[in-house]
Amino acid sequence: MQREPYIGSAVPRKEGREKATGRARYVDDLSFPGMIYGATVRSAIPRGRIRGIHFDPAIAWNEFTVVTARDIPGKNVIALIVDDQPCLAEQLINHPEEPVVLLAHADPYVLEKARRAVRIETEPLPAVFTIEDSLAKKEVVWGEDNIFKTYLVQRGDVDAAWENAAQIVEGEYFTGAQEQLYIEPNGMIAIANPQDGVSVWGSMQCPFYVHKALAALFDLPKEKVRVIQTETGGGFGGKEEYPSMIAAHAALLAWKSGKPVKIIYDRAEDMAATTKRHPSRTRHRTAIDREGKLLAMEIDFTIDGGAYETLSPVVLSRGTIHAAGPYFCPNVRVDARAMATNAPPHGAFRGFGAPQSIFALERHFDVVARRAGLTPAEFRRRNFIRKGQSSAVGQVIHEQVEMGKLLDRALQLSDYQAKSKRFALENPTSRLKKGMGLATFMHGAGFTGSGEEYLASVVSVEASREGKIRVMAASTEIGQGTNTVFAQIAADALGLPYDWIEIAQPDTSAVPNSGPTVASRTVMIVGKLVESAALSLKQTLQRANLLSPDFTAAEFASACSNYIAAHGALKSTVQYQPPPNVHWDDVKYQGDAYSAYAWAAYVSEVSVDTTTFEIHVDDFVAVQEVGRVMNPVLATGQIEGGIAQAIGYALYENVVWREGRMMNSQMTNYIMPTSADLPPIRVFFEEQPNDYGPGGAKGIGELPMDGPAPAIANAIEAATGVSVNRIPITPEVLMEAMENVRV
Amino acid sequence: MSEASANAVVEIRCTVNAEPRAFRAYPMARLLDVLRGELQLTGTKEGCGEGECGACAILLDGELANSCLVPALHADGAAIITIEGIAGGDQLHAVQQAFLECGGAQCGICTPGMVLAAVNLLERHPNPDDAQIREGLAGNLCRCTGYMRIFEAVVQACRASGVHR
Repeated sequence: MQREPYIGSAVPRKEGREKATGRARYVDDLSFPGMIYGATVRSAIPRGRIRGIHFDPAIAWNEFTVVTARDIPGKNVIALIVDDQPCLAEQLINHPEEPVVLLAHADPYVLEKARRAVRIETEPLPAVFTIEDSLAKKEVVWGEDNIFKTYLVQRGDVDAAWENAAQIVEGEYFTGAQEQLYIEPNGMIAIANPQDGVSVWGSMQCPFYVHKALAALFDLPKEKVRVIQTETGGGFGGKEEYPSMIAAHAALLAWKSGKPVKIIYDRAEDMAATTKRHPSRTRHRTAIDREGKLLAMEIDFTIDGGAYETLSPVVLSRGTIHAAGPYFCPNVRVDARAMATNAPPHGAFRGFGAPQSIFALERHFDVVARRAGLTPAEFRRRNFIRKGQSSAVGQVIHEQVEMGKLLDRALQLSDYQAKSKRFALENPTSRLKKGMGLATFMHGAGFTGSGEEYLASVVSVEASREGKIRVMAASTEIGQGTNTVFAQIAADALGLPYDWIEIAQPDTSAVPNSGPTVASRTVMIVGKLVESAALSLKQTLQRANLLSPDFTAAEFASACSNYIAAHGALKSTVQYQPPPNVHWDDVKYQGDAYSAYAWAAYVSEVSVDTTTFEIHVDDFVAVQEVGRVMNPVLATGQIEGGIAQAIGYALYENVVWREGRMMNSQMTNYIMPTSADLPPIRVFFEEQPNDYGPGGAKGIGELPMDGPAPAIANAIEAATGVSVNRIPITPEVLMEAMENVRV
Repeated sequence: MSEASANAVVEIRCTVNAEPRAFRAYPMARLLDVLRGELQLTGTKEGCGEGECGACAILLDGELANSCLVPALHADGAAIITIEGIAGGDQLHAVQQAFLECGGAQCGICTPGMVLAAVNLLERHPNPDDAQIREGLAGNLCRCTGYMRIFEAVVQACRASGVHR
């Protein structure tokens, strides 16, 4: 077929028309006959023993379905990595908003009134709320020592290196929690009974995670649990693991009531009760020589995991591996740990540990640069990792990395030099002070190490008699463009029109498990499997002599018709194979951590109002090397959206905690950027095709989250001369730093 | 109507997407719930329930309003436009077409409200500058796009000058 490939072109979004006309159906748009509503009664205290549950006699409880832990047919656990998180608290409370009782009723207003009429009688126990208190074991609230997980990465001899240092620079950096704030709150609808099993529909990223959790909770065989993803209004990681909990709750109410049950969280419940980004504390100690070359890096990295382990070991892993950045340093130690506190468990959020450790590193390196007598750019240029060198975990870089060129391009596009000079001249006499800041970083795509091998993802592609193609995978469309890019890949592999490709709705009873929609893996890993399955299907027809070399779409349709008439079906299924020569040692925590990295240089221009301490980002330049741009509109949209979230992380999104509870759990007082707050976000791509992705693509979903916060903090220092080492940098935080006053 | 109380359902008559509609609702029921429930127009979404995110935006007598904050009684005698009324049959509104071409929708949950806001903006400022676009859309939160593609879509819709009534 003579036409331009779809890969690399801005084909319209597969489900774009439905979204633009309001016809796309999200879970709260669905209704089932006889459906009733569910609500959750949650703990008001951070830690304690449950002494009793009291139901106000003013409510006609006989009208309600009431579920407690005793109603759970299988194990009272939300299965994920370790089985420490209960579905419903039974004897102990370990965080505010922990679910204890479930209620269902046909009238959602009556239901809400009843929810407030259940009192959980508790005997409070002492709790811990900070990394410091958890480390100090003020109370042991989890395991023997509050430690979910530790990692130790070592290369060379850090301790010996200090003697030879020209400069030793120390710093401590903090990042706060961040709420994913998908505009569609969490929601599920369940139908469940002992005869037929459990079916749930809802907003989610990972249908098979929910499937695994429900099978364990209900003690059902796999075939009796069915999970279907409905159109999902944003995820960003916030719907990676949490949906298993809300699905379990809806299913328990459905099981007991015999009716379909819908649970939709209102915004306040969603913000207060569900996962957020792990807060972090990073300590750096860095030795450099007289030329500003890195001699040693000692990094102490701690994240706050909240009350249960959930995904903290994996967040810690990614944060640890990214902690030393895209630089070469002969001696490195990264000592990392994830701690328990009595807050709702923290969880997946775009970047997954890397935004935390990269904030610390890129902020610290501006401090180191100054001590070395070098500009931020020049210090980094002298230390960027190159092809043939190995990273802190010992991964030899096999591709031609040109971090210096990416940085130069970003500096040029942002007019960094000229603006820096001009601002330096103007700032002393201006109330509005301006500054330029940069950050250089990388982000690994796919699951760490042997994770992809463990996932063993499977994809199927099937043809109909008319030659129409159905791609079957568990990867979910959550706005990032899964459906569109998979269709582009399949269409190119088969030589068919884009409109002939349909992406099956992720339904665990109908699609194979291609793994979760996380870790920037969807295009690179699963997209590659889509390509392989499509090619395999084409080969099947070719081997059967049903396709000429230059077949048209009509000829393809005939071939399918003939093949299916003879064989009954035409379907190809492929499974992930790890690339050769990619080896990871889980015990020593060394080797090839990721099969591909995207590389980036970001520059931020800020202005600081020294009367109000408000910070505004005036311009943002993002340059990244991503292997292959699959769809320029979608790829640009991913980077722009990620940068917007990261600007929020840096400046606006402050979670106010009181005793483990988020106090500002409404959009009124948890501030995310509006159209009036953001700068022009200018995105530039470079392409150095990667061996393992379809069309040479690497993963990009999380990359844009890593760079903006340190670039902005660095720009604020350039503007004001003040070093701020924590985010979010709200006006109060900046005022404190600039005036040395406690607010 | 003068005897209306919050505890008694009342009859409300209005036009929705140019069609006369009549329904019964509590006076303080949220218009958002009436649209999505009684009228089965699920295109209008709830994102926050407190008038911050704009996902529930509709046009009420030509003005952009967050339907989660509008009491049903307020709809009596009003002309309401929801996302379902923006396209002309199979023909997309210029704003919707531009959203498709420019990538204005990612997850799509903010899109109905955002399209309403953009349509309303172009009615007030047929050729808006950058500041007017940002201001006009500032009541509609989008978590996915960073707004850049949405701004582009508004500019493209202007150029197409297909603003139709």
